[in-house]
Amino acid sequence: MSETYTLYNSTVMEHFMNPRNMGDLKDADGVGEVGAAACGDIMKISLKIKDGRIEDARFKTFGCGSAIASSSMATELIKGRTIDEAMAFSNQEVVDALGGLPPVKIHCSVLAEEALKAALEDYVKRHPDAAAKSTAGAPVPA
Amino acid sequence: MRHVFLDHQSATPVLPEVFEAMRPYFTEHFGNASSLHQHGLRVRDALKRARQQMAALVGADSEEEIFFTSDGTESANLAIKGAAYANERKGKHLVVSATEHPSVMSSVEFLEKQGWTCTRVGVTPQGMIRLDELRAAITPQTVLVAVHHVNHDIGAIQPMREVGKVCAAANVPLYVDCEASAGWLPIDVKDWGAAMVSFSPHRFYGPKGVGVLYRNRKARIVSVIHGGVQEGGRRAGTENIPAIVGGGLAAEIARARLPQRIAHVAPLQRRLWEGLRTKVPYIQLNGPEPGPDRIATNLNLSTEFIEGEGQLLLCDMNGIAVASGSSCVSKSLKISHVLGAIGLDHALAQGNIIMTLGEGNTEADVDYVVETFARIVAKLRGMSPMWDEFERGVIDSVIAPTGRGKSFSQHAADVSGKPVH
Ligand code: FES
Repeated sequence: MSETYTLYNSTVMEHFMNPRNMGDLKDADGVGEVGAAACGDIMKISLKIKDGRIEDARFKTFGCGSAIASSSMATELIKGRTIDEAMAFSNQEVVDALGGLPPVKIHCSVLAEEALKAALEDYVKRHPDAAAKSTAGAPVPA
Repeated sequence: MRHVFLDHQSATPVLPEVFEAMRPYFTEHFGNASSLHQHGLRVRDALKRARQQMAALVGADSEEEIFFTSDGTESANLAIKGAAYANERKGKHLVVSATEHPSVMSSVEFLEKQGWTCTRVGVTPQGMIRLDELRAAITPQTVLVAVHHVNHDIGAIQPMREVGKVCAAANVPLYVDCEASAGWLPIDVKDWGAAMVSFSPHRFYGPKGVGVLYRNRKARIVSVIHGGVQEGGRRAGTENIPAIVGGGLAAEIARARLPQRIAHVAPLQRRLWEGLRTKVPYIQLNGPEPGPDRIATNLNLSTEFIEGEGQLLLCDMNGIAVASGSSCVSKSLKISHVLGAIGLDHALAQGNIIMTLGEGNTEADVDYVVETFARIVAKLRGMSPMWDEFERGVIDSVIAPTGRGKSFSQHAADVSGKPVH
């Protein structure tokens, strides 16, 4: 066997094999854990937030290769974003950055979006003052 | 990198001598078995020999009881639908075991949409059919009972003789799917009292593209594919002669080598399971222990706190080919219905891996798999929130409960807002 065939494209495989930002954050400012209703998998994202910006992000995923790659890519993409920007984050960004996912695996990227938003909500709950400051100028779209 | 093929349930390499036997039927002996000239008559002869070889593998009286189809799925469709349609006037009720292959289950579902009813007989947590339930399920309207010999996922060997007795007592024909056992376990249609048996040679070093259906002369079936009068009018369509010739030889070889093959894989199966259970914490074997109730080729494993597709991909990237019944692996996003039928916890079904051995595997392969799999599991657990939560006592293990924390299913339901299937 000289050639290697893969189930996903090379970007997805690379993120699956060498995930970025895997782990937990000590003293995270916001933690979100969500489950996929479709297949029963679970994803957790932890955020470090400073001055209204995401300084650091980590993930842990119980799920398929596409879910692991999605969480790796999502945490890469959102670092440095403001809370408002992150609140508007969509799974499509993950799909595009990964160079596409098989149709049946799109829901795994949705899980990454949901985990991120759950982490942001957790942050807002825990830091109502800081959150109010960051969103003062631009209300968060529902 | 070492390459270890542990998915013999899906395919096996064609034996060189089988391949050589097939070769002339692609080129020189290309005739169509329906033709009346020399070219046709020559391949008819080859067809007859292959039928004899298949008949011998299942202990049938005559090669006239053997029909060729395109594969195991088509054979199952022919057996189920063919018998249902042929006996429609007698009754429209079928009985199947709950862990049959999708080719049987989906054929039954198709018939149910057309007015047939079907009773699915439950299995024990080990995957063995409940004979009392089977007995109770048969009614005067029942026209067919379908129980597979060996389960394709968990390797459980069903008590065919007892199943046969139940069917004989009720005077209902029995169809046995032998897809997962043919070539690896003795099959005796007369001993079981089976009216029909199906299998395909690509599971025992023959080619793909041919399936076999044994049908006892007394059992009535009608064709579900219409056209010419090939296969005694039971299956229209030009026969795939090269595959049939190759399949016939593979069957003859399988019959002769069966004891050696078992003697080769059975110790490997034990070594693999012993190695994994020693090196990997929180792993369990689904289905019967290696021994008389389990086919010697199959191991069905659940590794807790991680999902199956990740395990499968990392195995593949390390040269190890395996299968999984996890929902993430299936296109329908549902766990294998077999794992559901044995009552396996969803958390364990998600971490499912199926390894099936063959005659090409060695002890060194098995040792490599044990080492590599242990590393893969550790890597994925390092990434899994469930492992971390288990270690912190938030959730508990299903395999070895500590009494601390809630169940995985409860936790998954809490975070997803929906109960897991
Ligand atoms: S997490 Fe289950 S399919 Fe991706």
